[in-house]
Amino acid sequence: MSYHGFKSYLPQQDLLGFALLAILLLVIFPLSMDIFRLNLVGKYLTYAFVALGLVLCWGYGGILSLGQGVFFGLGGYCMAMFLKLEASNPEATKIQSTPGIPDFMDWNQLTELPFFWQPFHSLTFTLIAVIVVPSIFAYFIGVAMFKRRVGGVYFAIITQALAAILTILIIGQQGYTGGVNGITDLRTLKGWDIRSDEAKYILYFVNVAILFLCLFAAQYVRKSKLGRLLVAMREREDRVRFSGYDVSNFKIFVFCLGAAFSAIGGAMFTLQVGFMSPSFVGIVPSIEMVIFCAVGGRLSLLGAVYGTLLVNWAKTSFSESFPELWLLAMGGLFIAVVLAFPNGLAGLYQTWVAPRVDKWLANLKTPRPLTTNPLESRS
Amino acid sequence: MLTKFPGSKKPHSSLRRRILQGMLALPAAMLLSHSALAASTAEVNTTGLAVTDSTVKVGILHSVTGTMAISETGSVQAEKLAIDQINAMGGVLGRKIEFIQEDGASDWPTFAEKSKKLLVNDKVAAVFGCWTSASRKAVLPVFEQYNGMLYYPTFYEGLEESPNVIYTGQEATQQILAGIDWVVKEKGAKSFYLLGSDYIWPRTSNKIARKHIEKLGLKVVGEEYYPLGHTQFNSVINKIKLKKPDVIYAIVVGGSNVAFYKQLKAAGIDMTKEKPLVLTISVTEDEILGIGGENMVGAYASMKYFQSLDNDNNKKFVEAFKAKWGKDIVIGDVTQAAYLGPWLWKAAVEKAGSFDIDKIKAASPGIELTTAPEGYVKIHPNHHLWSKTRIGHAQLDGQYKVVYETKELMEPDPFPEGYQ
Amino acid sequence: MFADYSMAELTSIFAMQAFAGLILFSVFVLMALGLAIIFGQMGVINMAHGEFMILGAYITYLTSHIFSEYAQNLFDIYFFVAMILAFIVTFALGALVEWGLIRHLYKRPLDTLLATWGLSLILQQIYRSVFGAREVGVTLPDWLMGSVALSESIEIPINGLFVMGLTLIIAVGVALMMYRSRWGCQVRAVVQNRTMAGAVGINTEKVDRMTFALGCGIAGIAGSAFTMIGSTGPTSGQLYIVDTFLVVVFGGASSLLGTIASAFTISQAQSTMEFFLSGSMAKVLTLLVVVGILMLRPQGLFALKIRR
Repeated sequence: MSYHGFKSYLPQQDLLGFALLAILLLVIFPLSMDIFRLNLVGKYLTYAFVALGLVLCWGYGGILSLGQGVFFGLGGYCMAMFLKLEASNPEATKIQSTPGIPDFMDWNQLTELPFFWQPFHSLTFTLIAVIVVPSIFAYFIGVAMFKRRVGGVYFAIITQALAAILTILIIGQQGYTGGVNGITDLRTLKGWDIRSDEAKYILYFVNVAILFLCLFAAQYVRKSKLGRLLVAMREREDRVRFSGYDVSNFKIFVFCLGAAFSAIGGAMFTLQVGFMSPSFVGIVPSIEMVIFCAVGGRLSLLGAVYGTLLVNWAKTSFSESFPELWLLAMGGLFIAVVLAFPNGLAGLYQTWVAPRVDKWLANLKTPRPLTTNPLESRS
Repeated sequence: MLTKFPGSKKPHSSLRRRILQGMLALPAAMLLSHSALAASTAEVNTTGLAVTDSTVKVGILHSVTGTMAISETGSVQAEKLAIDQINAMGGVLGRKIEFIQEDGASDWPTFAEKSKKLLVNDKVAAVFGCWTSASRKAVLPVFEQYNGMLYYPTFYEGLEESPNVIYTGQEATQQILAGIDWVVKEKGAKSFYLLGSDYIWPRTSNKIARKHIEKLGLKVVGEEYYPLGHTQFNSVINKIKLKKPDVIYAIVVGGSNVAFYKQLKAAGIDMTKEKPLVLTISVTEDEILGIGGENMVGAYASMKYFQSLDNDNNKKFVEAFKAKWGKDIVIGDVTQAAYLGPWLWKAAVEKAGSFDIDKIKAASPGIELTTAPEGYVKIHPNHHLWSKTRIGHAQLDGQYKVVYETKELMEPDPFPEGYQ
Repeated sequence: MFADYSMAELTSIFAMQAFAGLILFSVFVLMALGLAIIFGQMGVINMAHGEFMILGAYITYLTSHIFSEYAQNLFDIYFFVAMILAFIVTFALGALVEWGLIRHLYKRPLDTLLATWGLSLILQQIYRSVFGAREVGVTLPDWLMGSVALSESIEIPINGLFVMGLTLIIAVGVALMMYRSRWGCQVRAVVQNRTMAGAVGINTEKVDRMTFALGCGIAGIAGSAFTMIGSTGPTSGQLYIVDTFLVVVFGGASSLLGTIASAFTISQAQSTMEFFLSGSMAKVLTLLVVVGILMLRPQGLFALKIRR
């Protein structure tokens, strides 16, 4: 990419935002927090993947999915299946009637590993499956819905129903999925103990690195022609269609991308937290993730990250000190975000801080015209 | 009485120590005094738990928000009551118990997160908490990794035995076998319809029940599960009418309970006629509050504790509970089991002479409690409790009348041979 | 599975099963009517619909307490009073919510979803603080309990009959209001073209407020009726929300007739499948079929053809 191309991909203000986020996540947090808090931040950041996907789907594409938890869960389950198989080696499970299969299968009278668990012995397969399985699933949903021009509210409600279906299925098929308990007690990744403090540090940094990769990918989409088309579709879908574009394909692509992001988040969640359960697949977590995105600002990639961090930090500290008030605060936040600042933190930033930063940047260098490029927020 | 002495930084409660401090109140002797006191705390706490000379911190970890708050409120109340009572008696090893309460918010990862906080940041000496199996499964690796002690109150499916957990509720075989034996013997039941909410506890429990029923040479005519929160049971009630079982064995939980019993009654199945007889292991007095006594009257429940249990321990317990939390409150099986937690922990600490987790683990098997509201309990080497199982007959006022109790204590057997 | 039974037994079971389906149908219609008005006519996604229903249930609970304390002799009829009160209170709250929240969001339907979800969290916590985290039991008058024995083996639950009757009355009432009253005419005009409706002198703000409040009021009545068959707790409302939305969407959002047809289809499918399959699978299959059909026919069963 030429220097000029790079600049249009990542304008100065955005670059500043990315750099600040990197400093915050890679330097300030690890230095100022103990491993317990840092691991919590790592957990929150896995939700940021979902919020990031939602910025693209919802903020840019206007497609609101209330079933992102499905993809988060699928990614997480793929990872958890691999880790569970490793944790259930014949040695560790020799008290079972069938050694070598996960404990919950043994309780449910399964005597051999179901066929769809078999490939998860391989790490390579697992890593591919983490991304591919949810993407394919999203692709089928996308084709079925967008080709028939289902959109807006209908799409939201159907994805919500899908989340409900998958939850009931996972809970009901406990012999194959671990049921409502989920897949728990995950220990090692290729012999590497993921529960140790050292591993948690490493996983945190890996998580941040992958998050940045996804951020860059999203930024690329945003700045590309596709990003512009998405915005155009959101504003006036039929005009884009009349201009000769096949609208549904773009929607399907961005929906799959969002699904893949969510799935990566899910897999990282499993690695850092050590288990996966159907409680992430349902409607409530899916809607909460939309809120993370809305609080950060639905048009802002970095906002999604900050929004996720802020809401979860508030959730943790609120529920530590006033557990009973937590829901009130959360509900109030939803309403406030929608009514008072629909563009979230990023919107606030843009109105109040961005002009000054612009001025400062302009003074710093040779005078140049003020850009209207939105700079992402900083909390 | 806490008094601050000049020059002393921490309040102390024991009289002996106060006199000692008074004598050593000279500035020059301060160092000595502190090191002398530190030694005693250092003796009982070698692993850096949150134990001072006068206090010890424990954690309470339940859901006070979310769908599970309905069930877990009673446990929180019971644990707080027990802690109050223990403190009034002088605490544990002369130290007052202070609790840190965390909200699991009916969300399993939150449980894991909060348990880690309690163990790693707050360094609590024990945690009383969790209700659902899913929440316990989520925190278990945390307790094992950071070596904490969890007192878990709910009756549950078994299939677990962790050195870091004391299970104060019954595991499935304790609760189920005696109940089924009783309906077969006393009521002459021949056929059973098994019904449950769709998750691990009802499924495992029904599996044990089915095995036992089939071992007795009797018949299971139907087995069915509905999603958690399901509210329409008319179809399954029709199926039950078609199959005409002698016993409906119901393990429905949460909001579904209310719907199921209301619809059962509306469909003309009068449980007082016992045709079919309804036997449940999931409806405690707490749940009847929501279902309504008039919708539940005539059903039988098999568990280890009922509020109406007639013994002195229980009378005192019920009285104290009502004095603290209001006269209209009801106490169910799990609430009582939660009440046992702090007392069992106290007994273990005193037996071990130390707050160290490893010493408590070693000291726990064999600990007896003669003051338990349910009567006498004893910790089995597998960390479950020996307890009696009782059959309650639901009355119009929402209470159970105890109609039967096992003669012997039931042995806890979380991995029952022949039932898996 | 039927080999062991006599013909008479089978007939009566099928009769009762058909009736179970009808009860489920009434329950669905009652749940969905309020939402059909709010979502179908106004395009507002009211995620707090379940909480409005539970508010109605709590009002019923309070009324039953007041009657058993102060007017024991009138206890038999308290249920009707409770339903009227439930309607009034939820109607008022609905109007308030419309004024404070919804009216700012008509141009952003997806945002109503988020805002009302926030509202539902707040309401849940208020219920929990006021009524406690535990479920409350609503005592019903004796005449609503039990069943009518039509024949030796056919028994029909009375509260089921009551719900069916109530549903019929409300459905007819709503239909009359929508299609025979001046107000209904205005509502339909506003739905079809807000600007034009305003231009011909309809007070669109007032129409919106009344429509939203009416939808909430019907939810309140539904909640009141559901104390007979379901649970009343702070989070019980969430149990209904997915089913309710699916019924409305499946019916074709802007058609009341569609809502009723879809409630009928879904309830019959579900109760038949529940009878022949096990509970959880029946639920999953029903939802899958509904989603499947919606993918083939996104506009729902009955689509209103209007230009937007």
